[in-house]
Amino acid sequence: MLDNHEIRSQFPFFSHSDFIYLDNGATTQKPQCVIDALCHFYNFNNANVHRGVSQLASNTTQMYEQVRSKLATHCAVKPDQIVWTKGATEAINLVVSSIDKHIEPNDIIVVSALEHHANLVPWQELCKRTGAELRVLPINQQGVLNITASLNMISSLKPKLVAVTHASNALGNILPIEQLIDAAKNVNAITLVDGAQAMQHLKPNLDTLNSDFYVLSAHKMFGPTGVGALIAKPHSLALLDTYQTGGEMIEQVSFSSSQYRQGNARFEAGTPNIAGVIGFGAALDFLNSEAMNLQRSYEESLYQYTIEQLKKIDGVTLYGDLENNIGTVSFNYKDEHHLDVATLLDQSGIVVRSGNHCTQPLMNLLGVAGTIRVSLSCYNSYEDIDKFIFALKQAIELLD
Amino acid sequence: MTEQYLNLKQNFISKNAWQDKYRDIMLLGKQLPKLPNELKIDNAKVHGCESNVWLYIDFDESEERLVVSADSDTRIVKGLIFIICSMVNGLTIDEFKRINIQSEFESLGLIQHLSPSRGNGILAIAQKISDFAIQNS
Ligand SMILES: Cc1ncc(COP(=O)(O)O)c(C=O)c1O
Repeated sequence: MLDNHEIRSQFPFFSHSDFIYLDNGATTQKPQCVIDALCHFYNFNNANVHRGVSQLASNTTQMYEQVRSKLATHCAVKPDQIVWTKGATEAINLVVSSIDKHIEPNDIIVVSALEHHANLVPWQELCKRTGAELRVLPINQQGVLNITASLNMISSLKPKLVAVTHASNALGNILPIEQLIDAAKNVNAITLVDGAQAMQHLKPNLDTLNSDFYVLSAHKMFGPTGVGALIAKPHSLALLDTYQTGGEMIEQVSFSSSQYRQGNARFEAGTPNIAGVIGFGAALDFLNSEAMNLQRSYEESLYQYTIEQLKKIDGVTLYGDLENNIGTVSFNYKDEHHLDVATLLDQSGIVVRSGNHCTQPLMNLLGVAGTIRVSLSCYNSYEDIDKFIFALKQAIELLD
Repeated sequence: MTEQYLNLKQNFISKNAWQDKYRDIMLLGKQLPKLPNELKIDNAKVHGCESNVWLYIDFDESEERLVVSADSDTRIVKGLIFIICSMVNGLTIDEFKRINIQSEFESLGLIQHLSPSRGNGILAIAQKISDFAIQNS
């Protein structure tokens, strides 16, 4: 059996807490190096970026910009393709609120049935504003995307824009985004991929992926909250109108008019989350460390183990794609309410998510009010799963 | 405070293990009178709950004693509703004002259910009963 002791020991949370943390889809714990980077920044390097000639400010600016390069390398893009945001939600909203001029009445916008509300509600708003129509790529009863129907739908509807998630937060499914994006590009659609869940577990090559936009949140990949990114193809940022205006994003300003900077700088108005970005840099180092490279197969076997253990319990229904999965298990027990099960699990100190997971339409399609979700990460142990299964059996005993 | 609630409380406090407390809560939930389906309407729903909670607050025929009736689609919330009902039903507004649902839940060891992050509606139910008492005093 593979073990992950070296990884787990880098997370101080686990030496201070008795909680069994299985809610990594919501946010991950932070390794010591991220916590240290945040403290170190405020202790020694605090200055604003991109302004001032002081050595202090230029040093901090360099540290900050180095993280952009790190993320660029991580995703196989150039630094100037990255716009910092406060998270995946803001990155999606940035695109949605700046793209009106490309959308006409009766145009079609396509999302999948697996989208988080963050990659659904903003598009609904865009449709309201522009008179475009939202269409949804179908899933089967298990919650797996029907890929043939989806590809057909894209080529026959010829949507103006396709926005799909790389991995489902509710079910963990990894979507075949390469195929979906290629189909969308065949009909000249603008594309966006929501990588909020995928980035912790997968390392997408955004050079070969042909999508205009890809979004992520640092806090779901071991970094601090309040940082995210919009990653665009070199020509794709030009599709977008200016988002927010103010300091930092301007070239020249007079009282009568202003000229904006070009490229990614045009979308970064105001003082950014400097500490957060620097902390994210440490998270990227962690993700690319030797120990983490060995971790992928560990996560996969831990996921298989979790599934096996759950399947042994009579009355458990599992949802989602159990083949292509980031390590997220969504289930219900008989027709018990997910809240009852989750409340009892909580009494045993098991931290899971229960509810609709910000995917209400998906839950409606699956015919459930919600599910209980166990989302694994690299630092979870077999013992965590055993404790969870023990607590679940105890909960079931109380409910039966 | 009603006899029923005081008995319930005594019994409850004697249980130390959470398993025993929750077994009790679910048994109490089974005793909670069901709301007829025609009363489970959107207008009666308590907002901000992960589970569905329907709530009615009124006076009995004496027109001075509280009658709270509520239902939910989750077992634990039903049990917690039973506890609240047995705490407040039959009280006059003045009597109600002398009790503190918060500290009662605290002594029952169930205070976490009144936390805003719970989303199970218990806090909202307590709030609505208090609002009703204020409006009718
Ligand atoms: C698939 C997906 N997209 C978008 C988001 C939104 O991320 P954030 O809240 O960090 O902006 C989440 C968060 O749960 C998510 O899981």
